[in-house]
Amino acid sequence: MSQLKFITRYASIENPLDIEAYLAQGGFSGLREALTMSPKEVISAVKQSGLRGRGGAGFPTGVKWESVRGDTERYVVCNADEGEPGTFKDRYILEHTPYLVLEGMAIAAYAIGAQLGYIYVRGEYPHIVTALSNSIALSEKLGYLGTRILGSDFSFHVEVRKGGGSYVVGDETALLNSLMGNRGYPLLKPPFPTEKGLWGKPTVVNNVETLAYVPYIFMHGATTFASIGHPESPGLKLYSLSGHVAKPGVYEFPMGTTVGELLQAAGGTRGPLKAVQIGGTAGPIYDTSALGYALDFASMRKVGGALGSGALVFMNTSVSMVQVLDVTMRFFAEESCGQCFPCRYGTRQLAFMAHKIASGQGKLEYLDFMRDIARVMVGASLCPFGQSIALPLETILGGFGDEIVSFIKQQEFLKEVAV
Amino acid sequence: MNPTNWGNTHHRNPQSSTKRDTLLSVLHSVQSPQRGKTWITDKDLSSIAREYKIPIAELDGIVSFYTLFSRAPRGRHVIRLCDSLSCRICGSLDIYRHIRKRLGISRGMTTGDGLFTLEIVNCLGACSTAPNMMIDDQLVSGVSLKEIDDLIDRLSKEGI
Repeated sequence: MSQLKFITRYASIENPLDIEAYLAQGGFSGLREALTMSPKEVISAVKQSGLRGRGGAGFPTGVKWESVRGDTERYVVCNADEGEPGTFKDRYILEHTPYLVLEGMAIAAYAIGAQLGYIYVRGEYPHIVTALSNSIALSEKLGYLGTRILGSDFSFHVEVRKGGGSYVVGDETALLNSLMGNRGYPLLKPPFPTEKGLWGKPTVVNNVETLAYVPYIFMHGATTFASIGHPESPGLKLYSLSGHVAKPGVYEFPMGTTVGELLQAAGGTRGPLKAVQIGGTAGPIYDTSALGYALDFASMRKVGGALGSGALVFMNTSVSMVQVLDVTMRFFAEESCGQCFPCRYGTRQLAFMAHKIASGQGKLEYLDFMRDIARVMVGASLCPFGQSIALPLETILGGFGDEIVSFIKQQEFLKEVAV
Repeated sequence: MNPTNWGNTHHRNPQSSTKRDTLLSVLHSVQSPQRGKTWITDKDLSSIAREYKIPIAELDGIVSFYTLFSRAPRGRHVIRLCDSLSCRICGSLDIYRHIRKRLGISRGMTTGDGLFTLEIVNCLGACSTAPNMMIDDQLVSGVSLKEIDDLIDRLSKEGI
């Protein structure tokens, strides 16, 4: 059997809640295998596999698990607060193969010694909350979760919690604050959640997709996973393709697949390609030269971007960059948590100027103001949210600056001749 | 006090916040469309504050942080129209213009009969079927203007 499809293979099971069908395809055999090993060996297998966090930051998963220390009351939290614009892979996983995530969570819990886990699902996915509760109940009934899992001494319970609607809660420290019934403010690290997390106890927070790939390591072996894709960020990855694509959707390919290869798999663009945003709203906006870029953490960093969540939004030549600037800046202004001044005020200023430009009232000097504000935000914002606005802004003003400038000039001219 | 965790010290204190993990779910349940009320009233707020032993002002602050909760009355049905990049380039503004004309309300407003509230939101995580919106708990994807009309007709007929 091909080992180059994993999540999509399980996602093709007709009834996602059918636990027997999941078992028939080898489901929970990863957990069974992991339970024959010591927790230490499980962690070293995950380290050896080279699996890195699929939520966006790309932190090595095994290293995160290994850094858990302190108190014996420990938690595993699944970050299902998917909110990155252009990203819908976690929705896809949870809708189509929830057991894969539960199995990954159980392995993580065994490795770090957690007794209780939470899945924090974004409030916009209410049907997933219900489906997960049902799949947890079925897993417990068959002994794959709950007390004395598969006859071992290991017990692990999972509970589902529904978010209240907030982009920044995707940050792990903000997510834990939210899970504890607070405003979802991100915190400065350290201390890392692996030392002081939920209720002050050591906590591992992993993304849905990261957890869904954990069983792979124990079914097919760490070296198999490590042999796929880019050596520095190996394995498979789900890419979310949207915008002007013939067949938008979730595609599973090895890390390091190029933008052009993905686009080909999705049937090409609708209309001539103008730009593509990679990695989410905080990602750069590239022109057609991006087609040759390899999509993995290391290669994307080399071209001044980031793989992020693996979102790709394709734009054809009908798209105005003035609109893209407006939508992007407004997103940041609306989703800033407001905790620190540079981000709270900076995003509002940027959104104001971008909107002025888009509504034909822009001034050329705005462009320099915007660059300055973004620079201050990079240096002075408390968390990566405020720091990351510079990337999309600078790539729009850089790569598509002429278009913005000529739009502003044209509008100014129109106003003048109308007088 | 160390300025790096200013305002957040109590979040690190397990004693003060234990068992509040169900708070957001409870807030969701009091404003569920099934109960015919889509916002959190003063009465809800004070009873939840009492239950969780949180000062009312603090709870109000928590509620206001999240976009899915509302302290102001909303319509029987809440329409959440996505206007993130993928939806914008696939026609979200056409839908916005249509709904605005049809219902006579702009972003954040409620129709006079109390049936619909229109909100603009960021990314509903279904970009492959853009443009997207949610009506209450239901995702409505890649719809035509005619389908939106039909939906509004049906919900209007059902009434409050």
